[in-house]
Amino acid sequence: MNIIGLSGSIVGSKTRTVMDVVAKEINEKYPEADFQLIDLKDYDLQFSDGRNYLDYSGDTASVTRKIMEADVIIIGTPVFQASIPASLKNIFDLLPAGAFRDKVVSFFITAGSSKHYLVADYQLKPTLAYMKAQIVQTYVYIEEKSFRQKQLIDDDAAFRLERLVEDTVDTFEAAEWVRKKKEDSYGF
Amino acid sequence: MEKYRINQKKGMEFGLYTLGDHIANPFTGKRISAQQRIKEIIELARLADQAGLDFFSVGESHQDYFTTQAHSVVLAAIAQATDNIKIGSSSTIISTSDPVRVYEDFATIDLISDGRAEIIAGRASRIGLFDLLGYDVQDYEALFEEKFDLLLQINENESLSWEGQYRAPLKDAQVLPRPKNHTLPIWRAVGGTPASAMKAGYAGVPMMLATLGGPASAFKNVVDAYRETARRSGHDTTELPVGVTGFFHVAETSQDALKQIYPYINEGMKLSNGQGFPKQAFAQARDKRSVINVGSPQEVIEKILYQYELFGHQRYLAQMDFGGVPFEQLAKNIEVIAEEILPAIRKYTGKNQEE
Repeated sequence: MNIIGLSGSIVGSKTRTVMDVVAKEINEKYPEADFQLIDLKDYDLQFSDGRNYLDYSGDTASVTRKIMEADVIIIGTPVFQASIPASLKNIFDLLPAGAFRDKVVSFFITAGSSKHYLVADYQLKPTLAYMKAQIVQTYVYIEEKSFRQKQLIDDDAAFRLERLVEDTVDTFEAAEWVRKKKEDSYGF
Repeated sequence: MEKYRINQKKGMEFGLYTLGDHIANPFTGKRISAQQRIKEIIELARLADQAGLDFFSVGESHQDYFTTQAHSVVLAAIAQATDNIKIGSSSTIISTSDPVRVYEDFATIDLISDGRAEIIAGRASRIGLFDLLGYDVQDYEALFEEKFDLLLQINENESLSWEGQYRAPLKDAQVLPRPKNHTLPIWRAVGGTPASAMKAGYAGVPMMLATLGGPASAFKNVVDAYRETARRSGHDTTELPVGVTGFFHVAETSQDALKQIYPYINEGMKLSNGQGFPKQAFAQARDKRSVINVGSPQEVIEKILYQYELFGHQRYLAQMDFGGVPFEQLAKNIEVIAEEILPAIRKYTGKNQEE
Protein backbone atom coordinates (compact mmCIF):
# COMPACT_ATOMS: atom_id res chain seq x y z
CA MET A 1 0.00 0.00 0.00
CA ASN A 2 1.54 3.19 -1.26
CA ILE A 3 0.18 6.20 0.69
CA ILE A 4 0.82 9.84 -0.13
CA GLY A 5 0.10 12.52 2.43
CA LEU A 6 -0.52 15.66 0.40
CA SER A 7 -0.25 18.88 2.37
CA GLY A 8 -2.03 21.24 0.02
CA SER A 9 -0.93 24.71 1.10
CA ILE A 10 2.27 26.66 0.56
CA VAL A 11 1.64 29.01 3.49
CA GLY A 12 0.74 28.60 7.15
CA SER A 13 1.47 25.73 9.49
CA LYS A 14 -1.78 24.10 10.62
CA THR A 15 -2.20 21.76 7.68
CA ARG A 16 1.35 20.51 7.94
CA THR A 17 1.02 20.13 11.72
CA VAL A 18 -1.99 17.87 11.27
CA MET A 19 -0.30 16.01 8.41
CA ASP A 20 2.58 15.18 10.75
CA VAL A 21 0.06 13.72 13.22
CA VAL A 22 -1.42 11.63 10.39
CA ALA A 23 2.06 10.49 9.33
CA LYS A 24 2.91 9.41 12.85
CA GLU A 25 -0.36 7.53 13.14
CA ILE A 26 0.26 5.66 9.87
CA ASN A 27 3.85 4.83 10.76
CA GLU A 28 2.78 3.41 14.11
CA LYS A 29 -0.35 1.53 13.09
CA TYR A 30 0.59 0.51 9.56
CA PRO A 31 4.37 0.13 9.48
CA GLU A 32 4.11 -2.03 6.38
CA ALA A 33 2.61 0.86 4.39
CA ASP A 34 4.89 2.92 2.21
CA PHE A 35 4.07 6.45 3.37
CA GLN A 36 5.40 9.56 1.72
CA LEU A 37 4.64 13.14 2.67
CA ILE A 38 4.39 15.74 -0.08
CA ASP A 39 4.23 19.24 1.39
CA LEU A 40 3.58 21.60 -1.51
CA LYS A 41 5.59 24.21 0.38
CA ASP A 42 8.73 22.21 -0.43
CA TYR A 43 8.18 22.18 -4.18
CA ASP A 44 8.27 24.64 -7.01
CA LEU A 45 5.28 23.71 -9.16
CA GLN A 46 4.21 25.37 -12.37
CA PHE A 47 0.61 26.10 -13.19
CA SER A 48 -1.22 23.54 -15.28
CA ASP A 49 -1.30 24.39 -18.97
CA GLY A 50 -3.27 21.37 -20.03
CA ARG A 51 -0.43 19.13 -21.19
CA ASN A 52 -0.15 15.45 -20.26
CA TYR A 53 1.42 15.16 -16.80
CA LEU A 54 4.29 13.15 -18.27
CA ASP A 55 5.28 16.19 -20.33
CA TYR A 56 6.19 18.40 -17.35
CA SER A 57 9.69 18.63 -15.93
CA GLY A 58 11.29 19.23 -12.53
CA ASP A 59 9.16 19.28 -9.38
CA THR A 60 5.93 19.37 -11.40
CA ALA A 61 6.91 16.08 -13.05
CA SER A 62 8.07 14.37 -9.85
CA VAL A 63 5.07 15.39 -7.71
CA THR A 64 2.46 14.43 -10.33
CA ARG A 65 4.16 11.10 -11.01
CA LYS A 66 4.27 10.26 -7.28
CA ILE A 67 0.57 11.02 -6.95
CA MET A 68 -0.28 8.94 -10.03
CA GLU A 69 1.66 6.00 -8.57
CA ALA A 70 -0.08 6.15 -5.17
CA ASP A 71 -2.76 3.73 -3.97
CA VAL A 72 -4.01 6.08 -1.28
CA ILE A 73 -3.87 9.85 -1.00
CA ILE A 74 -4.62 11.67 2.22
CA ILE A 75 -5.10 15.34 1.48
CA GLY A 76 -4.72 18.11 4.01
CA THR A 77 -6.07 21.50 3.03
CA PRO A 78 -6.75 24.88 4.60
CA VAL A 79 -9.66 27.06 3.50
CA PHE A 80 -8.84 30.16 1.44
CA GLN A 81 -11.61 32.49 0.25
CA ALA A 82 -14.31 29.93 1.00
CA SER A 83 -12.57 27.21 -1.01
CA ILE A 84 -9.45 25.09 -1.29
CA PRO A 85 -6.19 26.94 -2.00
CA ALA A 86 -5.05 27.42 -5.59
CA SER A 87 -1.95 25.33 -4.87
CA LEU A 88 -4.12 22.26 -4.26
CA LYS A 89 -6.50 22.95 -7.14
CA ASN A 90 -3.43 23.24 -9.36
CA ILE A 91 -2.47 19.66 -8.42
CA PHE A 92 -5.90 18.49 -9.60
CA ASP A 93 -5.57 20.55 -12.78
CA LEU A 94 -2.13 19.09 -13.52
CA LEU A 95 -3.48 15.53 -13.41
CA PRO A 96 -5.54 13.82 -16.12
CA ALA A 97 -9.30 13.37 -15.82
CA GLY A 98 -9.84 10.07 -14.06
CA ALA A 99 -6.46 10.39 -12.31
CA PHE A 100 -7.86 8.98 -9.05
CA ARG A 101 -9.40 5.85 -10.58
CA ASP A 102 -8.62 2.86 -8.34
CA LYS A 103 -7.25 5.19 -5.67
CA VAL A 104 -8.68 5.92 -2.26
CA VAL A 105 -8.70 9.60 -1.31
CA SER A 106 -9.46 10.95 2.14
CA PHE A 107 -8.87 14.38 3.59
CA PHE A 108 -8.91 16.74 6.52
CA ILE A 109 -9.50 20.46 6.54
CA THR A 110 -7.94 23.10 8.73
CA ALA A 111 -9.71 26.40 9.09
CA GLY A 112 -9.83 29.58 11.13
CA SER A 113 -13.43 29.04 12.15
CA SER A 114 -16.43 26.76 11.64
CA LYS A 115 -17.86 29.04 8.96
CA HIS A 116 -16.51 26.99 6.08
CA TYR A 117 -17.38 23.49 7.16
CA LEU A 118 -19.28 22.86 3.88
CA VAL A 119 -16.28 23.62 1.67
CA ALA A 120 -15.45 19.92 1.73
CA ASP A 121 -18.87 18.82 0.54
CA TYR A 122 -19.44 21.58 -1.96
CA GLN A 123 -15.99 22.07 -3.40
CA LEU A 124 -13.56 19.27 -2.68
CA LYS A 125 -15.73 16.17 -2.98
CA PRO A 126 -17.23 17.00 -6.40
CA THR A 127 -13.75 17.42 -7.87
CA LEU A 128 -12.52 14.18 -6.32
CA ALA A 129 -15.62 12.36 -7.54
CA TYR A 130 -15.16 13.73 -11.06
CA MET A 131 -11.60 12.44 -11.00
CA LYS A 132 -12.97 8.99 -10.07
CA ALA A 133 -11.60 8.81 -6.54
CA GLN A 134 -12.92 6.28 -4.07
CA ILE A 135 -13.70 8.96 -1.48
CA VAL A 136 -13.66 8.24 2.22
CA GLN A 137 -16.91 9.95 3.10
CA THR A 138 -16.06 11.09 6.59
CA TYR A 139 -13.48 13.80 6.91
CA VAL A 140 -11.96 15.77 9.73
CA TYR A 141 -12.50 19.49 10.10
CA ILE A 142 -10.14 21.17 12.54
CA GLU A 143 -10.40 24.76 13.70
CA GLU A 144 -7.81 27.26 14.84
CA LYS A 145 -8.71 26.73 18.48
CA SER A 146 -7.39 23.15 18.34
CA PHE A 147 -3.83 24.39 17.86
CA ARG A 148 -1.31 25.96 20.14
CA GLN A 149 2.23 26.90 19.19
CA LYS A 150 2.12 24.74 16.09
CA GLN A 151 0.92 21.71 18.01
CA LEU A 152 -2.42 19.97 17.82
CA ILE A 153 -3.71 20.13 21.39
CA ASP A 154 -7.26 18.93 20.87
CA ASP A 155 -7.81 15.30 21.93
CA ASP A 156 -11.09 15.15 20.06
CA ALA A 157 -9.36 16.16 16.84
CA ALA A 158 -6.65 13.56 17.50
CA PHE A 159 -9.29 10.85 18.02
CA ARG A 160 -11.05 11.86 14.80
CA LEU A 161 -7.77 11.74 12.90
CA GLU A 162 -7.10 8.25 14.24
CA ARG A 163 -10.46 7.16 12.90
CA LEU A 164 -9.80 8.92 9.58
CA VAL A 165 -6.57 6.96 9.07
CA GLU A 166 -8.31 3.73 10.04
CA ASP A 167 -11.24 4.41 7.70
CA THR A 168 -8.85 5.27 4.89
CA VAL A 169 -6.91 2.03 5.16
CA ASP A 170 -10.10 -0.02 5.57
CA THR A 171 -11.64 1.66 2.54
CA PHE A 172 -8.54 0.88 0.52
CA GLU A 173 -8.61 -2.78 1.52
CA ALA A 174 -12.31 -3.05 0.72
CA ALA A 175 -11.87 -1.24 -2.60
CA GLU A 176 -8.98 -3.50 -3.52
CA TRP A 177 -11.06 -6.56 -2.70
CA VAL A 178 -13.88 -5.30 -4.90
CA ARG A 179 -11.53 -4.35 -7.74
CA LYS A 180 -9.74 -7.71 -7.70
CA LYS A 181 -12.98 -9.65 -7.51
CA LYS A 182 -14.37 -7.69 -10.41
CA GLU A 183 -11.25 -7.99 -12.53
CA ASP A 184 -11.03 -11.71 -11.89
CA SER A 185 -14.62 -12.09 -12.99
CA TYR A 186 -13.72 -10.80 -16.46
CA GLY A 187 -11.44 -13.77 -17.00
CA PHE A 188 -8.78 -11.86 -18.93
CA MET B 1 -14.09 10.81 -53.63
CA GLU B 2 -11.84 10.46 -56.66
CA LYS B 3 -9.64 13.30 -55.49
CA TYR B 4 -8.91 11.21 -52.41
CA ARG B 5 -8.33 8.07 -54.45
CA ILE B 6 -11.30 6.28 -52.96
CA ASN B 7 -13.42 4.01 -55.07
CA GLN B 8 -16.58 3.32 -53.12
CA LYS B 9 -17.68 0.57 -55.48
CA LYS B 10 -14.99 -1.61 -53.96
CA GLY B 11 -16.55 -1.18 -50.54
CA MET B 12 -15.18 0.30 -47.37
CA GLU B 13 -11.40 0.33 -47.22
CA PHE B 14 -9.60 -1.60 -44.51
CA GLY B 15 -6.16 -0.55 -43.36
CA LEU B 16 -3.68 -0.76 -40.52
CA TYR B 17 -2.01 2.02 -38.66
CA THR B 18 0.86 2.06 -36.23
CA LEU B 19 2.08 4.77 -33.91
CA GLY B 20 5.51 3.18 -34.09
CA ASP B 21 5.53 2.56 -30.37
CA HIS B 22 8.47 0.67 -28.92
CA ILE B 23 7.36 -1.02 -25.73
CA ALA B 24 8.39 -4.18 -23.89
CA ASN B 25 6.11 -7.18 -24.32
CA PRO B 26 4.28 -7.19 -20.95
CA PHE B 27 4.12 -11.01 -20.93
CA THR B 28 7.90 -11.42 -21.20
CA GLY B 29 9.19 -8.04 -20.03
CA LYS B 30 11.48 -8.02 -23.06
CA ARG B 31 11.76 -5.24 -25.59
CA ILE B 32 13.05 -5.80 -29.11
CA SER B 33 15.61 -3.32 -30.45
CA ALA B 34 14.46 -0.14 -32.18
CA GLN B 35 16.03 -1.47 -35.35
CA GLN B 36 14.02 -4.68 -35.19
CA ARG B 37 10.83 -2.78 -34.45
CA ILE B 38 11.29 -0.56 -37.51
CA LYS B 39 12.07 -3.56 -39.71
CA GLU B 40 9.02 -5.38 -38.40
CA ILE B 41 6.83 -2.38 -39.22
CA ILE B 42 8.12 -2.44 -42.79
CA GLU B 43 7.56 -6.21 -42.92
CA LEU B 44 4.05 -5.77 -41.52
CA ALA B 45 3.27 -3.32 -44.32
CA ARG B 46 4.58 -5.86 -46.83
CA LEU B 47 2.32 -8.58 -45.37
CA ALA B 48 -0.65 -6.21 -45.41
CA ASP B 49 0.08 -5.42 -49.05
CA GLN B 50 0.26 -9.11 -49.98
CA ALA B 51 -2.97 -9.78 -48.09
CA GLY B 52 -4.76 -7.14 -50.15
CA LEU B 53 -5.39 -4.57 -47.44
CA ASP B 54 -6.08 -1.06 -48.69
CA PHE B 55 -3.94 1.17 -46.49
CA PHE B 56 -0.99 1.21 -44.11
CA SER B 57 0.18 4.20 -42.11
CA VAL B 58 2.87 5.17 -39.62
CA GLY B 59 2.79 7.98 -37.08
CA GLU B 60 5.38 10.22 -35.48
CA SER B 61 5.71 10.56 -31.71
CA HIS B 62 8.78 12.31 -30.35
CA GLN B 63 9.01 10.76 -26.93
CA ASP B 64 10.17 7.79 -24.98
CA TYR B 65 8.75 4.38 -26.01
CA PHE B 66 8.45 5.31 -29.69
CA THR B 67 10.67 4.62 -32.64
CA THR B 68 9.21 6.13 -35.82
CA GLN B 69 9.96 9.78 -35.13
CA ALA B 70 11.23 9.94 -38.74
CA HIS B 71 8.00 8.43 -39.98
CA SER B 72 8.37 9.71 -43.54
CA VAL B 73 11.67 7.85 -43.82
CA VAL B 74 9.99 4.64 -42.66
CA LEU B 75 7.20 5.29 -45.17
CA ALA B 76 9.76 5.67 -47.95
CA ALA B 77 11.09 2.21 -47.10
CA ILE B 78 7.52 0.88 -47.08
CA ALA B 79 6.89 2.51 -50.45
CA GLN B 80 9.80 0.52 -51.83
CA ALA B 81 8.80 -2.74 -50.12
CA THR B 82 5.16 -2.74 -51.28
CA ASP B 83 3.31 -2.74 -54.60
CA ASN B 84 -0.36 -1.90 -54.30
CA ILE B 85 -1.27 -0.80 -50.80
CA LYS B 86 -1.86 2.91 -50.19
CA ILE B 87 0.46 4.36 -47.56
CA GLY B 88 0.35 7.38 -45.33
CA SER B 89 1.13 9.03 -42.04
CA SER B 90 -0.91 8.65 -38.87
CA SER B 91 -0.26 11.25 -38.11
CA THR B 92 2.19 13.87 -39.32
CA ILE B 93 2.47 16.60 -36.70
CA ILE B 94 2.38 19.49 -39.09
CA SER B 95 2.52 22.07 -36.25
CA THR B 96 6.20 21.36 -35.57
CA SER B 97 7.28 20.73 -39.16
CA ASP B 98 7.79 22.89 -42.20
CA PRO B 99 4.88 22.20 -44.58
CA VAL B 100 7.19 22.70 -47.56
CA ARG B 101 9.53 19.96 -46.38
CA VAL B 102 6.63 17.69 -45.45
CA TYR B 103 5.15 18.14 -48.90
CA GLU B 104 8.49 17.49 -50.61
CA ASP B 105 8.88 14.29 -48.57
CA PHE B 106 5.40 12.94 -49.23
CA ALA B 107 5.35 13.91 -52.90
CA THR B 108 8.61 11.98 -53.20
CA ILE B 109 7.12 8.99 -51.38
CA ASP B 110 4.20 9.28 -53.79
CA LEU B 111 6.57 9.03 -56.77
CA ILE B 112 8.54 6.15 -55.25
CA SER B 113 5.29 4.30 -54.53
CA ASP B 114 3.79 5.08 -57.92
CA GLY B 115 1.00 7.30 -56.59
CA ARG B 116 0.11 5.68 -53.28
CA ALA B 117 1.06 8.29 -50.67
CA GLU B 118 -1.25 10.25 -48.37
CA ILE B 119 -0.86 12.59 -45.40
CA ILE B 120 -2.93 12.55 -42.24
CA ALA B 121 -2.03 15.71 -40.34
CA GLY B 122 -2.50 15.95 -36.59
CA ARG B 123 -1.79 18.19 -33.63
CA ALA B 124 -0.07 15.69 -31.26
CA SER B 125 -1.55 14.48 -28.00
CA ARG B 126 1.74 14.70 -26.12
CA ILE B 127 3.71 17.88 -26.48
CA GLY B 128 7.37 17.05 -25.78
CA LEU B 129 8.12 17.60 -29.46
CA PHE B 130 7.49 21.34 -29.16
CA ASP B 131 10.58 21.75 -26.95
CA LEU B 132 12.56 19.19 -28.90
CA LEU B 133 11.93 20.81 -32.27
CA GLY B 134 12.06 24.40 -31.07
CA TYR B 135 8.43 25.51 -30.97
CA ASP B 136 6.39 27.19 -28.27
CA VAL B 137 3.58 25.00 -27.00
CA GLN B 138 1.59 28.15 -26.28
CA ASP B 139 1.14 28.34 -30.07
CA TYR B 140 -0.22 24.76 -30.18
CA GLU B 141 -3.43 25.58 -31.99
CA ALA B 142 -2.26 28.51 -34.13
CA LEU B 143 0.79 26.58 -35.36
CA PHE B 144 -1.37 23.71 -36.54
CA GLU B 145 -4.02 25.83 -38.23
CA GLU B 146 -1.55 28.00 -40.09
CA LYS B 147 0.73 25.20 -41.21
CA PHE B 148 -2.06 22.82 -42.11
CA ASP B 149 -3.59 25.53 -44.25
CA LEU B 150 -0.25 26.13 -45.97
CA LEU B 151 0.11 22.39 -46.60
CA LEU B 152 -3.31 22.37 -48.30
CA GLN B 153 -2.35 25.38 -50.41
CA ILE B 154 0.89 23.73 -51.52
CA ASN B 155 -1.14 20.68 -52.48
CA GLU B 156 -3.35 22.75 -54.77
CA ASN B 157 -0.67 25.05 -56.20
CA GLU B 158 2.72 24.14 -57.59
CA SER B 159 3.78 27.75 -57.24
CA LEU B 160 2.50 29.99 -54.53
CA SER B 161 3.04 33.14 -52.55
CA TRP B 162 2.23 32.94 -48.91
CA GLU B 163 2.71 34.90 -45.73
CA GLY B 164 2.08 33.84 -42.18
CA GLN B 165 3.22 34.16 -38.62
CA TYR B 166 5.21 30.99 -38.07
CA ARG B 167 7.21 30.54 -41.22
CA ALA B 168 9.21 32.75 -43.56
CA PRO B 169 7.07 34.06 -46.44
CA LEU B 170 7.02 32.31 -49.80
CA LYS B 171 7.29 34.46 -52.93
CA ASP B 172 6.27 32.69 -56.13
CA ALA B 173 7.85 29.65 -54.60
CA GLN B 174 7.73 26.40 -56.49
CA VAL B 175 7.33 23.29 -54.34
CA LEU B 176 8.71 20.21 -56.07
CA PRO B 177 8.46 17.38 -56.87
CA ARG B 178 4.74 17.14 -57.56
CA PRO B 179 2.85 13.94 -56.76
CA LYS B 180 2.11 11.50 -59.56
CA ASN B 181 -1.57 12.40 -59.79
CA HIS B 182 -1.29 16.17 -59.20
CA THR B 183 -2.42 16.22 -55.57
CA LEU B 184 -2.03 14.12 -52.43
CA PRO B 185 -4.99 13.06 -50.29
CA ILE B 186 -4.55 15.14 -47.12
CA TRP B 187 -6.66 14.26 -44.10
CA ARG B 188 -7.13 15.94 -40.77
CA ALA B 189 -6.63 13.74 -37.71
CA VAL B 190 -9.43 14.24 -35.21
CA GLY B 191 -9.69 13.21 -31.55
CA GLY B 192 -12.97 12.02 -30.11
CA THR B 193 -14.77 15.36 -29.75
CA PRO B 194 -17.28 17.08 -32.04
CA ALA B 195 -15.37 20.36 -31.62
CA SER B 196 -12.29 18.79 -33.17
CA ALA B 197 -14.31 17.18 -35.98
CA MET B 198 -15.98 20.48 -36.82
CA LYS B 199 -12.58 22.00 -37.59
CA ALA B 200 -12.10 19.41 -40.33
CA GLY B 201 -15.62 20.19 -41.50
CA TYR B 202 -14.98 23.93 -41.79
CA ALA B 203 -11.92 23.29 -43.95
CA GLY B 204 -13.72 20.71 -46.07
CA VAL B 205 -10.95 18.15 -45.71
CA PRO B 206 -11.31 14.40 -45.09
CA MET B 207 -11.47 13.42 -41.44
CA MET B 208 -9.62 10.57 -39.78
CA LEU B 209 -11.35 9.99 -36.46
CA ALA B 210 -9.50 8.23 -33.64
CA THR B 211 -11.48 6.13 -31.16
CA LEU B 212 -10.22 4.42 -28.02
CA GLY B 213 -13.29 2.90 -26.41
CA GLY B 214 -16.93 3.39 -25.60
CA PRO B 215 -20.01 2.77 -27.69
CA ALA B 216 -19.76 3.35 -31.43
CA SER B 217 -22.90 5.46 -31.29
CA ALA B 218 -21.05 8.05 -29.21
CA PHE B 219 -18.79 8.66 -32.20
CA LYS B 220 -21.70 8.97 -34.58
CA ASN B 221 -22.32 12.43 -33.10
CA VAL B 222 -18.77 13.32 -34.04
CA VAL B 223 -19.16 12.09 -37.61
CA ASP B 224 -22.48 13.91 -37.89
CA ALA B 225 -20.95 17.14 -36.53
CA TYR B 226 -18.20 16.86 -39.14
CA ARG B 227 -20.55 16.36 -42.08
CA GLU B 228 -23.01 18.99 -40.88
CA THR B 229 -20.25 21.57 -40.46
CA ALA B 230 -18.79 20.72 -43.86
CA ARG B 231 -22.22 21.09 -45.46
CA ARG B 232 -22.86 24.44 -43.81
CA SER B 233 -19.43 25.61 -44.94
CA GLY B 234 -20.38 24.88 -48.54
CA HIS B 235 -18.56 21.59 -49.06
CA ASP B 236 -19.99 18.54 -50.78
CA THR B 237 -19.92 15.79 -48.18
CA THR B 238 -20.42 13.09 -50.77
CA GLU B 239 -16.90 14.00 -51.91
CA LEU B 240 -15.36 13.96 -48.42
CA PRO B 241 -14.20 10.63 -47.07
CA VAL B 242 -14.40 9.76 -43.39
CA GLY B 243 -11.95 7.38 -41.78
CA VAL B 244 -12.33 5.78 -38.37
CA THR B 245 -9.53 4.17 -36.36
CA GLY B 246 -9.55 1.92 -33.32
CA PHE B 247 -8.13 -1.06 -31.48
CA PHE B 248 -8.29 -4.37 -33.29
CA HIS B 249 -7.50 -7.99 -32.45
CA VAL B 250 -9.04 -11.32 -33.39
CA ALA B 251 -8.81 -14.77 -31.80
CA GLU B 252 -10.97 -17.88 -31.84
CA THR B 253 -13.27 -16.61 -29.13
CA SER B 254 -13.92 -13.13 -27.79
CA GLN B 255 -12.62 -14.23 -24.41
CA ASP B 256 -9.31 -15.34 -25.95
CA ALA B 257 -9.11 -12.12 -27.91
CA LEU B 258 -9.61 -9.95 -24.82
CA LYS B 259 -7.14 -12.01 -22.83
CA GLN B 260 -4.50 -11.84 -25.54
CA ILE B 261 -4.67 -8.13 -26.24
CA TYR B 262 -5.62 -6.39 -22.98
CA PRO B 263 -2.19 -6.45 -21.29
CA TYR B 264 -0.56 -4.85 -24.33
CA ILE B 265 -3.08 -2.05 -24.52
CA ASN B 266 -3.15 -1.47 -20.77
CA GLU B 267 0.64 -1.37 -20.37
CA GLY B 268 1.09 0.57 -23.58
CA MET B 269 -1.34 3.25 -22.44
CA LYS B 270 0.40 3.49 -19.07
CA LEU B 271 3.76 4.12 -20.68
CA SER B 272 2.70 6.37 -23.52
CA ASN B 273 -0.13 8.22 -21.84
CA GLY B 274 0.38 7.83 -18.10
CA GLN B 275 -2.83 5.91 -17.39
CA GLY B 276 -3.86 2.34 -18.13
CA PHE B 277 -7.06 1.23 -19.84
CA PRO B 278 -9.61 0.35 -17.11
CA LYS B 279 -10.38 -3.36 -17.31
CA GLN B 280 -14.04 -2.81 -16.58
CA ALA B 281 -14.36 -0.53 -19.60
CA PHE B 282 -12.33 -2.89 -21.78
CA ALA B 283 -14.56 -5.81 -20.80
CA GLN B 284 -17.42 -3.98 -22.49
CA ALA B 285 -15.68 -4.64 -25.80
CA ARG B 286 -17.65 -7.92 -25.71
CA ASP B 287 -20.71 -5.95 -26.67
CA LYS B 288 -21.38 -5.54 -30.36
CA ARG B 289 -22.06 -1.85 -29.82
CA SER B 290 -18.51 -1.23 -28.55
CA VAL B 291 -16.16 0.59 -30.89
CA ILE B 292 -13.28 -1.70 -29.83
CA ASN B 293 -12.93 -4.29 -32.59
CA VAL B 294 -11.65 -7.13 -30.45
CA GLY B 295 -13.32 -10.55 -30.59
CA SER B 296 -13.77 -13.60 -32.77
CA PRO B 297 -13.55 -12.95 -36.52
CA GLN B 298 -17.32 -13.18 -36.85
CA GLU B 299 -17.91 -10.79 -33.95
CA VAL B 300 -15.43 -8.31 -35.34
CA ILE B 301 -17.07 -8.47 -38.77
CA GLU B 302 -20.43 -7.75 -37.17
CA LYS B 303 -19.00 -4.83 -35.25
CA ILE B 304 -17.30 -3.30 -38.24
CA LEU B 305 -20.46 -3.59 -40.31
CA TYR B 306 -22.51 -2.11 -37.47
CA GLN B 307 -20.06 0.80 -37.33
CA TYR B 308 -20.33 1.14 -41.10
CA GLU B 309 -24.10 1.42 -40.80
CA LEU B 310 -23.67 4.13 -38.17
CA PHE B 311 -20.87 6.20 -39.70
CA GLY B 312 -21.05 5.46 -43.40
CA HIS B 313 -17.28 5.79 -43.40
CA GLN B 314 -15.00 5.06 -46.34
CA ARG B 315 -12.04 3.66 -44.46
CA TYR B 316 -11.43 1.75 -41.26
CA LEU B 317 -7.94 1.72 -39.78
CA ALA B 318 -7.09 -1.00 -37.28
CA GLN B 319 -4.49 -0.45 -34.59
CA MET B 320 -3.32 -3.90 -33.55
CA ASP B 321 0.38 -3.55 -32.75
CA PHE B 322 0.22 -1.25 -29.73
CA GLY B 323 2.18 -2.08 -26.59
CA GLY B 324 4.83 -4.62 -27.63
CA VAL B 325 2.63 -7.15 -29.45
CA PRO B 326 4.90 -9.85 -30.94
CA PHE B 327 5.18 -9.99 -34.71
CA GLU B 328 3.72 -13.52 -35.01
CA GLN B 329 0.47 -12.31 -33.45
CA LEU B 330 0.30 -9.46 -35.96
CA ALA B 331 0.98 -11.79 -38.87
CA LYS B 332 -1.79 -14.08 -37.62
CA ASN B 333 -4.20 -11.15 -37.49
CA ILE B 334 -3.37 -10.24 -41.09
CA GLU B 335 -4.09 -13.81 -42.13
CA VAL B 336 -7.54 -13.68 -40.53
CA ILE B 337 -8.20 -10.25 -42.01
CA ALA B 338 -7.33 -11.50 -45.49
CA GLU B 339 -9.22 -14.78 -45.27
CA GLU B 340 -12.33 -13.88 -43.30
CA ILE B 341 -12.77 -10.21 -42.54
CA LEU B 342 -11.92 -8.45 -45.80
CA PRO B 343 -14.12 -10.65 -48.01
CA ALA B 344 -17.08 -10.19 -45.67
CA ILE B 345 -16.67 -6.43 -45.43
CA ARG B 346 -16.14 -5.92 -49.13
CA LYS B 347 -19.09 -8.09 -50.00
CA TYR B 348 -21.38 -6.16 -47.75
CA THR B 349 -20.17 -2.60 -48.16
CA GLY B 350 -19.37 -2.93 -51.87
CA LYS B 351 -22.77 -4.33 -52.65
CA ASN B 352 -24.48 -1.58 -50.69
CA GLN B 353 -22.92 1.03 -52.91
CA GLU B 354 -24.24 -0.59 -56.06
CA GLU B 355 -27.81 -0.65 -54.87
